[in-house]
Amino acid sequence: MDAVSRIGARGKRQAFWIEAAIVGAIALFLIIVMPVVLSNFRLNLLGRFLSLAIVALGIDLIWGYTGLLSLGHGIFFALGGYAISMHIKLEDADGGLPDFMSLYGGTELPWFWEPFYSFPFATFAVVTIPALLAGVLGYLVFRNRIKGVYFSILTQAATIVFFNFFNGQQKLFNGTNGLTNFQTLLGASVNTQSTQFVFYSLTIILLVGAYALCRWLTSGRFGRLLMAIRDDESRVRFSGYNPTEFKVLVFAVSGALAGIAGAMYTLQSGSVSPRLMDVAFSIEMVIWVAIGGRGTLVGAILGALLVNYARSFLSEQFAEIWLFFQGALFLIVVTVLPDGIVGWLKSQGIQSLRGRKQAFTYPSLEEDPEIQQERQELETKSSE
Amino acid sequence: MLIGLFDGLFNGISIGAVLLIAALGLAIVFGLMGVINLAHGELMMLGAYTTFVVQNAFRQFGEPFFEIYIFFALIAAFFVTAGVGLILERGVIRYLYGRPLETLLATWGVSLILQQFVRSVNWVLVIGLAVFCVLFFGGLWILNHRQNRAFHKWAIAALLPLSLGIAIAVGRFLADTYQLAVTRPWFGAQNVDVSAPTWLRGGLPLGNFQLPYARLFIIALTIVCVAGLYYFLQRSPWGLRIRAVTQNRSMSSCLGIPTQKVDALTFALGSGLAGVAGCAISYLGSVGPNTGQNYIVDTFMVVVVGGVGKLVGTIVAALAIGTVNYLVGSGTLAILFTPIQPLADFFTFFATTSMAKVMVFALIIAFLQVRPGGIFPQKGRTVDA
Repeated sequence: MDAVSRIGARGKRQAFWIEAAIVGAIALFLIIVMPVVLSNFRLNLLGRFLSLAIVALGIDLIWGYTGLLSLGHGIFFALGGYAISMHIKLEDADGGLPDFMSLYGGTELPWFWEPFYSFPFATFAVVTIPALLAGVLGYLVFRNRIKGVYFSILTQAATIVFFNFFNGQQKLFNGTNGLTNFQTLLGASVNTQSTQFVFYSLTIILLVGAYALCRWLTSGRFGRLLMAIRDDESRVRFSGYNPTEFKVLVFAVSGALAGIAGAMYTLQSGSVSPRLMDVAFSIEMVIWVAIGGRGTLVGAILGALLVNYARSFLSEQFAEIWLFFQGALFLIVVTVLPDGIVGWLKSQGIQSLRGRKQAFTYPSLEEDPEIQQERQELETKSSE
Repeated sequence: MLIGLFDGLFNGISIGAVLLIAALGLAIVFGLMGVINLAHGELMMLGAYTTFVVQNAFRQFGEPFFEIYIFFALIAAFFVTAGVGLILERGVIRYLYGRPLETLLATWGVSLILQQFVRSVNWVLVIGLAVFCVLFFGGLWILNHRQNRAFHKWAIAALLPLSLGIAIAVGRFLADTYQLAVTRPWFGAQNVDVSAPTWLRGGLPLGNFQLPYARLFIIALTIVCVAGLYYFLQRSPWGLRIRAVTQNRSMSSCLGIPTQKVDALTFALGSGLAGVAGCAISYLGSVGPNTGQNYIVDTFMVVVVGGVGKLVGTIVAALAIGTVNYLVGSGTLAILFTPIQPLADFFTFFATTSMAKVMVFALIIAFLQVRPGGIFPQKGRTVDA
């Protein structure tokens, strides 16, 4: 090993520890300081938004890095929520039927509710059911090289389908009202302060874990491959890789993250209903990532927090404006700020403040490495 | 049995006709630009509201005119939505060519804005918007025609808040002076009802059941639209250009076809067709700000199944999806399979309108396993298939 790469490796290790320290410090700050500063209501809100940040990480993984725009993450999110709340409902029922079932004239437990008596299975299901569904759906779609807009609207259709399914099944899932009115989980009352604090802390730990996972996935060879799929899938295929496997895998991971997020969100909001599978909500998740900056993990988390705080602020103050504002947000983020806040700061925040203007040509030209090189040469020449 | 089959066929075709008329505009835009317009449903909703407005206007003229308002409504709906589509294309979408996913998000943003706009539109909002547009775009026009470009950027930066401030001030002033007369929403968040003229009510009696005239009208309208579009695309010079750009954009551009104009024209045409579709669906139920949302996903599925670039695909896909949807949703299949108990149970489980969509989606996914490019995929030799 020569000297240069050794220094590079040491620098990398150093950067890794610095990043780990920063993440740890922020997590500790959130766990220790925030409960003191914020009221219980605000802390609960923050906990919910942090769990939404976990989905945002998942979406960033498939959209920001792999270039697949999923408009159906609400499904996986809600499935995670349903998995954990089915366990809680069964524990509340104490061996009997969950309260809503007898209301609709159900006499026996549907077979697929049975395994949810066990808590380990329920937590396992929170991760695996969304991951499996995402994997199967992804396999069926990617296998045929269906991509781009097609993939997006298929996921959107899937969202409607699942919404209809859960909405229509009163006997199985309590239909529109969903599962609410949680009492106990593992013997502890769900609604007390201390339990909610445990959920809050758990959310932060899971968020850190998700961040670490995504960081690990995107930094190495695997991450470069994902970006290669995003930028030129045919070329990846020509180099001997099968993009389908990677896409399915990353879609499944992203679905699993959404499932975890949904479970944490449900525990803190105290209910899960088909409304989480609303088409609008799934697309909104995408905009969190877009605002924060796709292709940057920090951006996804920041975006989720930022947009949700803006939403809770605006809809508290003036409910009417929120939709206008949200619509404008979509327009602004794609036209003016395509890299999001973090991406903008990273790439050209400082430059554009200085007022340098770039000539606009066709996107295919912009991406052409040869032309970029020529442009750089021209710039260096003119500055000499 | 024969009557039942005919009933199923008629209902399937009539659902398919609604899907088809809604998907037509989407399909030509998608074929030409590879852009899926998520605001398409909202354009339909605007068309339906235009029908509502025209209907109210004609009600004042009295009986003989009210009977024929529907034709004026169709024309008005076409031009209103085509205009909105044109603004949308010129204002947003043309900056996003080559980035279809971003276009998806942008049009979703537009659809949110349109929904809320219909809910809260009143004179204050409209006048404020007009004032803002006149000030801002007028100012831009003047700035762009000046020779001195020294303070160009700063002038725009100052113009935006200035015109916004003036517009808001005018709106406030109006709201304070005229009170409820100008602040009352035109439509509000509630659904509005479009009443059909008398000749569209009732139905054609045929044996035991009757064919509703409204449904027949929609089928006829769909046929007219398809025929008109077909004629336009195949026989007119602009249709030729549209087809050329659909097949090969860069080559058409090299041959001197103004692709930008073709894009704008096609988008306006597609949006206008959405308006006509909106006019049609206003006779199927009440019209609300969320009306468009009920249709979009089904129409997207039509486009996916039909494949791009050929109208025939869209037609076949719409009719097929409509028929399957009806057969499953109405429980006809469940009755058909009564002898085989498990199958009958299976189909009974899906025999509601919303559960039928679950089934149709599964079938579409299965269909895409066999033909990923849709019924009539575009043939070509590019890798990117």
